[in-house]
Amino acid sequence: MWNVIIALMPALAVAIWIFGLPALSVTAVCVLCCIATEWLIERFMLHRPSTIANGSAIITGLLLAFNLPACIPLWMAAIGSIVAIGIAKMSFGGLGQNIWNPALVGRVFLLLSFPAAMTTWPTAIPSGLAHSTGASAADASSGATLLQSLNASGSAISLDNVDFLGMAVGQMNGSLGEVGAIAILIGLAYMLIMRVITWHIPVSVLASAALFSFIFGGNPLLDLFAGGLILGAVFMATDYVTSPMTHSGQLIYGAFIGLITIIIRRYGAYPEGVSFAILLMNSFTPLINRYCRPRVFGERRGK
Amino acid sequence: MKTFRKGGIHPAADKLTADAPITDVTPTSLIRLMLSQSIGAPAKCIVKPGDTVAPGQMIAEAAGFVSAPVHSPVAGTVKRIESVRNPKGLWQESVVIEIDSDASQQQPSHPRSEKEMNDLSPADIIKEVGEAGIVGLGGATFPTRVKLSVPDGKKADFILLNGAECEPFLTCDDALMRESPEEILKGTLLLMKATSAPKAIVGIEENKPQAIKAMRSAASAYPEISIVVLRKKYPQGSEKQLIEALTGRKVPPGALPIDVGAIVDNVATAFAVWEAIALRRPLTHRIVTVTGPSLTNGGNFRAPFGIPFSDLIEVAGGLPEDTGKVISGGPMMGQAAADLSAPTTKGTGGILILPESMSERKEAGPCIRCANCVSACPMGLEPYLLMLQAQNSLWADTKEHNAMACLECGCCSYICPAHRPLLDYIKLAKAHIRRDKL
Amino acid sequence: MSIIAISIIILGIIGILAAVVLFFVAKRFHVYENPNIALVEEILPGANCGACGYSGCHAFAETCAEASSLEGLSCPGAGQEGMQQIASLLGLVPGEVVRKTAIVACNGTCAHRKTFNHYDGVRSCAIEAAYYGGETPCVYGCLGCGDCVAVCPHDAIHIDEQTRIPVVDIEKCVGCGKCVAECPHDIIELAEISPDKPIVWVACRNHDKGALALKECDVACIGCGKCKRVCPSEAVDLSTFLAHIDPAKCIGCGKCVADCPRKSILYLGNLKTQESL
Repeated sequence: MWNVIIALMPALAVAIWIFGLPALSVTAVCVLCCIATEWLIERFMLHRPSTIANGSAIITGLLLAFNLPACIPLWMAAIGSIVAIGIAKMSFGGLGQNIWNPALVGRVFLLLSFPAAMTTWPTAIPSGLAHSTGASAADASSGATLLQSLNASGSAISLDNVDFLGMAVGQMNGSLGEVGAIAILIGLAYMLIMRVITWHIPVSVLASAALFSFIFGGNPLLDLFAGGLILGAVFMATDYVTSPMTHSGQLIYGAFIGLITIIIRRYGAYPEGVSFAILLMNSFTPLINRYCRPRVFGERRGK
Repeated sequence: MKTFRKGGIHPAADKLTADAPITDVTPTSLIRLMLSQSIGAPAKCIVKPGDTVAPGQMIAEAAGFVSAPVHSPVAGTVKRIESVRNPKGLWQESVVIEIDSDASQQQPSHPRSEKEMNDLSPADIIKEVGEAGIVGLGGATFPTRVKLSVPDGKKADFILLNGAECEPFLTCDDALMRESPEEILKGTLLLMKATSAPKAIVGIEENKPQAIKAMRSAASAYPEISIVVLRKKYPQGSEKQLIEALTGRKVPPGALPIDVGAIVDNVATAFAVWEAIALRRPLTHRIVTVTGPSLTNGGNFRAPFGIPFSDLIEVAGGLPEDTGKVISGGPMMGQAAADLSAPTTKGTGGILILPESMSERKEAGPCIRCANCVSACPMGLEPYLLMLQAQNSLWADTKEHNAMACLECGCCSYICPAHRPLLDYIKLAKAHIRRDKL
Repeated sequence: MSIIAISIIILGIIGILAAVVLFFVAKRFHVYENPNIALVEEILPGANCGACGYSGCHAFAETCAEASSLEGLSCPGAGQEGMQQIASLLGLVPGEVVRKTAIVACNGTCAHRKTFNHYDGVRSCAIEAAYYGGETPCVYGCLGCGDCVAVCPHDAIHIDEQTRIPVVDIEKCVGCGKCVAECPHDIIELAEISPDKPIVWVACRNHDKGALALKECDVACIGCGKCKRVCPSEAVDLSTFLAHIDPAKCIGCGKCVADCPRKSILYLGNLKTQESL
């Protein structure tokens, strides 16, 4: 658990660097609200020993914050945290029992309840922290994300104007955690080295997204770096509880997340589909687990 | 370097006694020989209180096909036949022998000449192995005579000798391979003769360089025996995993090694076979590793069966202050001993004394489905699922999910980040499946 | 406005269509069930404990509703009163309800049995018993992990904090026998509660020879046979160094209770007035 938190730190640092203090306050509110919700529910409703020490509530808080725009009102972030922990996690029985990724449930709840606030992005200003004393970055002119422009213009946007290098280091509009692709990949490398996760899910999500982006006539590179795909593939889809157990199952799960993401991006009403794709595949995880069993030692194929 | 493919873990191998030579231990006054020292029916006692016994004399005979006789390792008098606590604290019928300090404790040795050895038929070897009370000394204690009796229609292609010793801490096989490679290989030849197997392969894990060297130089004289170095991975010493590592053949679920043409025996078993045939000396002693991080004088001891655990611990420097658990066997598959006055048996390959800091069980957390247990299971099971089913008494479902294929190697419990007692529940499920004949 | 109207009309039509389909499906696949079954089931406690001998409350209710006589049918959970209600509902005469309770045949409390090792594994008697003989020298007695507590559908058995031995709440226990089946050491048994006879039982399962049993537990039965000698009704059976009282022959006089040198024999009820609970 703590390794995941460490792996999230580079992305958090980039978010603070880009969006300034508002990023920090949104993150702090989400983490604190998640911890408080879990503690209160366990203390007063379930009457059982607190489990906040295992760090899972902190991860949920961090991930939820990563999925929010930096200029979101803090009370909305708090509501999202309460939904994430209270409804998506504790009502199923707490850690290990939830069907859907709590942070994503919180995010989707906010997206459906407060669409305007959830899609107003502060323009990313590198070193926003440097020249922002207070909340200046969040007050900066809000712009559309690349995917919103794409969705609106029917993918007719000129790719010449897209600055991939800038996207990789975080010069794009978006929610807290999705802007710094490199920072997320550093986190991925750390988790792979510490053997927290295996390569199967991130690689299959990204590979299938690139493949289907190509098939549906998009620009694979753009689809990979834009929006929350990398964040989702590395930190959200790999959540132990809601992802399949076997490697073969994980590959299927990842491939479908990539496919659904691209379908939503191309043909859906929403510009971004990673959250929905992951939540949909979370629902299929028990089914995948059922059909992708490990083979018992010595058992023959096709038995 | 060869190894098995599916699952497995790499526990830190604290082979503290890896360089210790084999030291003989003589019991002090009493030894207590359990009648049930192997898998199968307990042996039938053939002595009565007051009888004098000589070293190597049979005191209990095999009581059925899967059963092994028991021999006295000492000269002395049968005091009583009574229930004695085994290391688990359960009562076991035993023969208590008081050692006669005046009588010669010399082990019997009536060597066979070269000609006599050559004249032995496979059936003779199998019969003598049975009469010598030899059982699998790797820990499973399955009577070797039964294993060597190849059923009609089956053919043994290989004798596979298990020198993997993948359990952390244990070094008894290592010590034996270092000191008696020649005898082990001669025993292997006898096993090959008994089963008409044309080839033998000895598998040794890479962390025993001295044993590998000794066995290699001894094996140069026998072209039909090859020594294979295996990559260190637990549970390589398990029969099915070893067969896969050495031959690439996989034993199907529910089948026996002989179904894929392999017979697996421990190196110590091969040594015992050589002693029984070449010296006509029945199985009365074995090498026991007594080890532990706080133990002052741990080592590899050749001890007679029936000596109390406490005597062996005394020889190894006495029970340390900070002892948390005394384990009969290795840390992975061994069991905590409840009673240190319990005598050793043919299956006791090690006594491990763990300090409190290492023996504590951590509190179990909720399962987060990280699937570490699934990846670690060498048998391709889903331990997390079996535990959930067992907790809810869904015994038929555990059967459905192949609980019976479990080796009880403990990889799942070892690897679980939430310290869930997976193996405890799988063992419970197996017991229920057996009891209810599901 | 028109959009709202159209929505209402379309949804209404769908609703009516669904209702019609449901009506015919319900008619076509209707299964007749004796209405008495539901009424009887309402009187039953609904714990599905199996004390009646049937697989659950519904199965018992079915049997009652179909039966021509209630003889032999009894739900100890509902009690005599409940069976009376069922009988009057069905127009039958109630059978006699035999009340049973679980009794614990081990009194090896912390004070009576020394622990010589510490079990730190899973808190489950079944798992502990599978591993070894237990924390005390007596390998027959209560392990104290509370498998019986976990399985009880009536919340009638609890581990006493002081003694680490389960205690049965006679008021709540209906004698379904779930704990009896669950206990890996078979130290729980069922005893009939009859108004004019106390329950007397040997609270020990130790089969070891007297000398050993003496050391293992302060209240272990050593098989001395004193109870057998004082028993006026020859109810005591002595085999493998353990006394057992046959409840059918026992008259509840309590002579053995007073004479047992080990205080291994316990009773429920009043020995003087010869009354059970």
